[in-house]
Amino acid sequence: MFNYSILFNPNVMYVVLGCLLMSVSASTVGTFTFLRKKSLIGDAVAHAILPGICLAFILNGTKNPLYLIPGAFLTGWLSILLVDAITHHSKIKQDAAISIVLSVFFGTGIWLLTVIQHSGMDNQSGLDAFLFGKAAALTSFDVWVFGIVALLLIAAIWAFYKEFQLLSFDKDFAQSIGYKTQLLELLLSGLTVLAIVTGIQAVGVVLMASLLIAPAATARFWTDKLHVMIFIAILISSVSAIIGASVSYIAPSMPTGPWIVMVLSLCAVLTFIFAPHKGIVVKWLKQRRNQQQMLEENILKTFYYLTQTTPDSDKAYFKLTDIQKQRSLRESELNKGIEALISEGYIEKQNDQYYTLTKEGLHQGKRVAHLHRLWELYLTEYLRIAPDHVHDDAETIEHVLTPELQERLEIILGNPEIKPEVK
Amino acid sequence: MDAFWIILTGILVVASSSILGCFLVLRKMTMVGDAISHAVLPGIVLAYLFSGERNSVLMIIGAAGIGLLTTFLIEFFHKKGNVQEDASIGITFTSFFALGVILISYFAENVDLDQDCVLYGEIAYVSLDPLLIGNIEYGPKAIWLLSFVFLMVLAVIIPGYRSLSLTTFDPNYAQAIGISVTLWHYVLMSLVSLTTVASFESVGAILVVAFLTVPAATAYLLTEKLKNMILLSILFGVLASVLGYFLADYSNGSIAGAMATASGILFGIVFLGKRLYNRYHRLTAVSQN
Repeated sequence: MFNYSILFNPNVMYVVLGCLLMSVSASTVGTFTFLRKKSLIGDAVAHAILPGICLAFILNGTKNPLYLIPGAFLTGWLSILLVDAITHHSKIKQDAAISIVLSVFFGTGIWLLTVIQHSGMDNQSGLDAFLFGKAAALTSFDVWVFGIVALLLIAAIWAFYKEFQLLSFDKDFAQSIGYKTQLLELLLSGLTVLAIVTGIQAVGVVLMASLLIAPAATARFWTDKLHVMIFIAILISSVSAIIGASVSYIAPSMPTGPWIVMVLSLCAVLTFIFAPHKGIVVKWLKQRRNQQQMLEENILKTFYYLTQTTPDSDKAYFKLTDIQKQRSLRESELNKGIEALISEGYIEKQNDQYYTLTKEGLHQGKRVAHLHRLWELYLTEYLRIAPDHVHDDAETIEHVLTPELQERLEIILGNPEIKPEVK
Repeated sequence: MDAFWIILTGILVVASSSILGCFLVLRKMTMVGDAISHAVLPGIVLAYLFSGERNSVLMIIGAAGIGLLTTFLIEFFHKKGNVQEDASIGITFTSFFALGVILISYFAENVDLDQDCVLYGEIAYVSLDPLLIGNIEYGPKAIWLLSFVFLMVLAVIIPGYRSLSLTTFDPNYAQAIGISVTLWHYVLMSLVSLTTVASFESVGAILVVAFLTVPAATAYLLTEKLKNMILLSILFGVLASVLGYFLADYSNGSIAGAMATASGILFGIVFLGKRLYNRYHRLTAVSQN
């Protein structure tokens, strides 16, 4: 039985609150880095912070965060500038620039860290908390720092909301209406580094990227509005932070940071797969429905052509092989389409082998053939495309032309008299 | 003798990874390499649990499998789910890495692996784990493993050189003449996974990324030809591991970290040198006109 009183234990409160505040900061700035397609730069910054911390420690000989955080901030920011410099001044692309900065800064950080560890300097132990985070050991001081940082970030984003929004969606336009985009970018990257420097103390170097990216990427599937997206991102990361922090208290050997990341990833993956409108499943179903509709319409159209070319319309009964002579369809596909069409009442089965169009089927087949021809005419007459080039295009467009478009086309072409296309 | 084994290990890691790195840099896929190097962690842990030893064949297979799974998932979310590629990479590798850390914590008593080792390895101890057949020592196990991987890389790259470069530079043309772009994509990624896993114990997950990217990118600054780029990147890689070893020896710090630092310094020198060279040439060209 889970003991709820544990949540009111001050140490537990610090951890939960600290993780919560840190996730709020990270997901807020993460939304902007995500929209600017610079998510992985956050990963580089997280790694680049390590040498800054080590240098600050070597210079001051103390683990006081007032010295370490400026050091971390400095190299973190430097890494962003370097990625930009490398991509601007050489043919190296952004991905490689990020990997170079990330791995070299981190390598240097590890090297400095081990130099410090082997040097026997006093009180150096605990520096590696920055590597893996120390979420379970957050103190009231940390919580205060996280809280102030979160407030600062939210205040800054509130103040510059419109500017950042424009910068993320249309930088050129922002520049053209007189925004100082370089200054804004500098400010935004400063805020990003700030969020990462604090977050890293809770979850560590490697997993920091997840806190920046996952909430924003998940939120993107649920909305098209920026302020809603930020709100959802904060919500998702807060829930993950609380669950992650709780897990490590229910099972004390469990690390907090990785559990926060696991919950975040779970939200993200479930969203990618099942989200309404944009999710993989919904899109797959839509695609299948479209394919089925196209198949049925194609079969009806072929039936219609066949009916038209038969002199005696009373004897318009056809075998499946007649269809296959006109259109290359696999047997299984054809059977599937015919079955659906029979149940929808467009086609009737005469006897074992012969099928015929019902009245509605004839109407539908005529409609599709009409649209096909209409589009062909539009392409040849209006766009002057050679008649032998228009068939394939019409094959696809005939399934998506709406009645409104049909009307427009007929007006443009002056209500042409359309004869069925006979092959 | 230790120094010899350590430098040789570094060179073997660097040789495999800089060859593959050239293709990654040209395909703009270095971050996928980065993702794989992190994501193999749970594979390593699980294989270690089953086989009970490091450097086992099972470990290689397990981790290589996860590496391929990572590549597949990144592609899947990006192509089928319309997730931005950077986000798809970021989410996939952090999930696997988090899973790996959780597994290590959960099986802490059975797994003699720690997080530090995963991140930056310990190349200094390679010679402590020799390959024993009967009672005879045949040099460090890691050397055998890395040589095997290096030969594997060569055995795939040399016969597949034309296909690999075609699918890199002009995938549409390659597809048109019947070379499977997808197949070579996965072949390359399995080699990256293999190299990462084999190197993780000596240089760690993140420093493999340094060796995958930095020497190849340095070479890319200097040449347009793929063959020259591969040769140059191996040269830069070897130089970085030798320099790195002496830097670490001198400063008493992590050897793998120092090797990454050295490769970064080499990149910086070439980058600045190229800039100065270009500027000088532009100036002389202007003054001549």
